[in-house]
Amino acid sequence: MEITARGLWTLIHGMGFGALYLMACSGALVQFYRCNCAESATLPTDRDEKFLRIYLVAMAALAWLAVLTGAYIIYPWYRAVPPLGTADLAAFPQRLLLASSATSGWHAIGMEWKEHVAWIAPIAITMAAGVVLQYGRDLKNHPQLRAALLGFVWISLVAAGVAGFFGAMINKNAPVEGGPVIHIVEGEQK
Amino acid sequence: MTTARPNGAGAAAILAAGIGAFLVAVIAILADQSAAIKSAMIFSKPTGPLSGVTTCAIVLWLASWAVLHARWRNRSVALARINAAAFALLILGLLLTFPPIADLF
Repeated sequence: MEITARGLWTLIHGMGFGALYLMACSGALVQFYRCNCAESATLPTDRDEKFLRIYLVAMAALAWLAVLTGAYIIYPWYRAVPPLGTADLAAFPQRLLLASSATSGWHAIGMEWKEHVAWIAPIAITMAAGVVLQYGRDLKNHPQLRAALLGFVWISLVAAGVAGFFGAMINKNAPVEGGPVIHIVEGEQK
Repeated sequence: MTTARPNGAGAAAILAAGIGAFLVAVIAILADQSAAIKSAMIFSKPTGPLSGVTTCAIVLWLASWAVLHARWRNRSVALARINAAAFALLILGLLLTFPPIADLF
């Protein structure tokens, strides 16, 4: 079992940061939904509030790490220009996708959307974390603020979901591979 | 229900986030439409214009947050209208990043 260095970075970006962020969104949505239920039988405790603060800050960190590793580590490999006369475009994913009408849409729509829409996720969740840090338990007195936070977290889930879906499909059709090979496990000799 | 803190600081954060999301899309469209802007947006050569588009959007988002926070932090504001404006900008940002819509401009 082995993986290239570029493949590993793509995995870290997509599964490590991106997928973890998507999963974390469900926890944040549940928490904000519960907060929005004015008839909630139990008020959040100090411990609940501290947990939510840490949770949202961690989500913001994941979102920023996802977009920054994507834009500054993987995207340059993705968009690399092949030397003139290159026949095998496997090492040039963008050019590989654009070389065929069957796959060009993955770049023209997929990557062109993903590379911008993804940034909405860290903006939205950083805002949510900032508001929770500022207001803490006083948020219970601000139903409109809570509703806005819930809405923004929903939109951040949609934005991250779009980026994640197209990232997965682009990598399926034109994987970002290359660099040193990392051997993970030696297979059985048959 | 008694309110301990004014809602201004929260409103500032929400509206600024809507502005930030909208700016990502608008600056991307501008860079796409103008070769000069596209060239100016190349802050990092390997990443290309995306580096400048997103950096500018983030800087402007944070600047708008700072300005709005300074103006509203000790006030209560009309949050329903601000939320509506913020969500309109957020949804526009989401839609305007979609290539078939962005390409209409």
